[in-house]
Amino acid sequence: MSGYALQMKRITKAFPGVKALDDVTLSVKKGEIHALCGENGAGKSTLMKILSGVYPAGSFDGEILIDGKEVSFRDIRGSQDAGVAIIYQELALVPEMTVGENIFLSSDLMREKVLNWNKLYVEAKRWLDQIGLDIDPQRKLGELTVGKQQLIEIVKALTKNAEILILDEPTAALTESEVKILMGILKDLQSKGVTCIYISHKLGEVMALADSVTVLRDGRTIDTLNASEITEDTIVSKMVGRSLTDYFPYEAHEIGEETLNVHNYSFYHTSADEKVAHNVSFTLRKGEILGVSGLMGAGRSELFISLFGGYPGKKSGEVTIDGKPANIKKPSDAIRAGLAYVSEDRKRYGLILGMEITKNATLAALQHVMPKGLIDSSLELKSAEAITSKLNLKAHSLEAKVDQLSGGNQQKVVLSKWLFTDPKILILDEPTRGIDVGAKTEIYKIINELSQQGVGIIMISSELPEVLGMSDRILVMADGTISGELSREEATEESVMKLATRRRDNHEPAFK
Amino acid sequence: MSRPLNDQPLQKKLKFKFNAQSYALIIALILIVLIFGILTGGEFLSSRNLSNLFAQMTVIAVLAIGMTLVIVAGHIDLSVGSLAGLTGGIAAILQVWFGWGTIWVVLAAVAAGALLGLWQGWWVAYRAVPAFIVTLGGMLIFRGILIGISQGQTVAPLNDGFKAIANSHMPYSIGYILAIAGAGLLFFSAWRNQHKRQQLGLVTDNPVKIYGKLLVYSLLILLLTYMLNRYNGIPVPLLIVIFSGGLFIFISNKTSFGRYIYAIGGNEEAAALSGINIKRHTLSVFVLMGALAGVAGVILTSRLNAASVSAGEMYELDAIAACVIGGTSLMGGRGNVVGAIIGALIMASIDNGMSMMNIETFWQSIVKGLILIVAVWIDISSKKQSSAA
Repeated sequence: MSGYALQMKRITKAFPGVKALDDVTLSVKKGEIHALCGENGAGKSTLMKILSGVYPAGSFDGEILIDGKEVSFRDIRGSQDAGVAIIYQELALVPEMTVGENIFLSSDLMREKVLNWNKLYVEAKRWLDQIGLDIDPQRKLGELTVGKQQLIEIVKALTKNAEILILDEPTAALTESEVKILMGILKDLQSKGVTCIYISHKLGEVMALADSVTVLRDGRTIDTLNASEITEDTIVSKMVGRSLTDYFPYEAHEIGEETLNVHNYSFYHTSADEKVAHNVSFTLRKGEILGVSGLMGAGRSELFISLFGGYPGKKSGEVTIDGKPANIKKPSDAIRAGLAYVSEDRKRYGLILGMEITKNATLAALQHVMPKGLIDSSLELKSAEAITSKLNLKAHSLEAKVDQLSGGNQQKVVLSKWLFTDPKILILDEPTRGIDVGAKTEIYKIINELSQQGVGIIMISSELPEVLGMSDRILVMADGTISGELSREEATEESVMKLATRRRDNHEPAFK
Repeated sequence: MSRPLNDQPLQKKLKFKFNAQSYALIIALILIVLIFGILTGGEFLSSRNLSNLFAQMTVIAVLAIGMTLVIVAGHIDLSVGSLAGLTGGIAAILQVWFGWGTIWVVLAAVAAGALLGLWQGWWVAYRAVPAFIVTLGGMLIFRGILIGISQGQTVAPLNDGFKAIANSHMPYSIGYILAIAGAGLLFFSAWRNQHKRQQLGLVTDNPVKIYGKLLVYSLLILLLTYMLNRYNGIPVPLLIVIFSGGLFIFISNKTSFGRYIYAIGGNEEAAALSGINIKRHTLSVFVLMGALAGVAGVILTSRLNAASVSAGEMYELDAIAACVIGGTSLMGGRGNVVGAIIGALIMASIDNGMSMMNIETFWQSIVKGLILIVAVWIDISSKKQSSAA
């Protein structure tokens, strides 16, 4: 069976109580880019951990063949020696070290008793040039953008003579132009004979890159599609076991009078005198779903965190809520004024992970469960129960700690917290990031229900289909300002992207 | 595994599932008490010794109560030993040199503690200097001030009224009345809680379990009162510990301030975006800690009937150890006052039991150090197990 760089046959892996993988087969041809798709929890990561030796031979059933020969890895080192390199979503780099040091961190060059710095940096430069990256190897890694750091991680893998490169959600943090660079590099590597396994939720990239696609669902291989069979619809329907039509349950709803008016709003960096956003003006009406689109770094999250009072730099401009001027200096002012902000990073900004669901749910409006000035724990439990059951939150007990929940349920806890404050205006920043399709649909339903109740909703999202599918009106941001506004009818992927890439002249491109 | 919440029965079944983790501390305490009881031929458990033991633990226990909140908030306070020494010294100086009355002296000591706590809290909260540094500085500064204002002398003796704070006991009858009142309060609050949960249609615990547990606690309280009454009665400093402990349990469970401290320690950024004023609450934690150090200083000076320049040295470490043994996480966000008090009791038992056995004092440090490490190890490994399952 030549022609296959990698074959994983009848892989079964069980954890106590759960079968994570059940008879999974994955065959990757030499020199192809093979995409691996599936919902969260479908078993992609487990499969890759088996391939990279995180789960050693013997802890699972089935066999792995590389170039037709059976292999068994005892640890990560074993898989590396066989030419398998994996790049995880969370980068395994040291920000305080230079680019060159990072590239050779685990190589023999860094193991010598006396380091030969010149040799190290010359070598590093050679590798960087080879894939067309113009980065000084003596720069500190932490000074680079996340996108460039990701590319450094790839260079690092290549120095280890990787023949099979596994990328786990590599573009989650990249800008559009960085994605293009990455794709170029992958195509280039492909022509040099490197085989690549590409794990991604972003079907657009999969369509553009992949020679074949394997879809996993619930720990089983559903199908492997080759180039001619790949369409977004087939992939999605195989992933979820149903078709795309009920993906965005937009419902027409009544839109009321204006509730939020932001006029000429600007704010500055904490340290520098540079504006993060300048002269932003927009309005939001009751019951309206306002989508906010834009590329990474356009200042979307910063703008709304600043409006919410969570950004420390100075600011100017007028904000009125329901006709009254709102002077928001800190988040508690914003909450009192009826704003709620659901962060894109729920673990960092949304949740107290070690705290119970109940206590997280009531945290932003604790006064609602303090009828006599003291916390009434029965009332608190009752209130939390009422609000979380409305969101269909699944947990064995509301007194469970939040860190035991899945991503989708955690997001529902954050939503519960903010709904408990009875917001007039709900700002959702990437509300469906990193959660599975089922939970996504539920969150869209909640958004619809809230808008029907007259809550004004601002939905920041990097996923164009989501913005297009859910919004009544779309604001597009570029370079710290609003570059355009589109109605539901006029918005298309093209019209949004056109506005999103409109830049100020002095802006330097992300890459050479 | 997961099911809709409203399908659950309204009353939990009576299950005697033994949760070793939540009782580990009490088991450890019982083991230590039993071991010393056997090794000292029962002398450790005598009324007289129990009375001594509780009197000995009070200073560390009071400090540990405040330290729990500091650590839960994600900070540390290394200055409390020096601060207790300094406030105790201020109390002694005001009384011995300036002739102030006992009540005014106590108020002054507590106020001084709170004020110095405010100073440290300001640096931590509003100037963003790490608490480790601020309170390490405080540890040196307060000790220096103490040596300066006392001119290096031991200040003694104090009035009878002041001495009584740490050295007197409750009359027997009042002791029993307090014990019965305390037990009654436990039952009443449990009953009220059950009643309210029923009214709201929430899941209630099985009454046999709740009231059975309370019955055991009540019997223990009565037994302890009986034992202490066989000697001199309940020591007043023990009542101070119980009162401060009760107050701080109340603060951490029932007030928004307490809840916010746990939230801040658990995830400061998320807490800030939830509208919590991080700085003000952090400042308050240090003020409370300072005030408690003042209380501890008063007890310390009263017990010794003197204030010396070395009073309270190394107490900060005992207090931190008591918190940690009691299950408070140095990462912040997790911990409780009851655990800290039991931790203080464990530490005091080791000191007391080993000195009764005439073991040389250096062994006390060694054993306490080992227990600290093992306690944290048990905590960490039990958490790993539960997250792996």
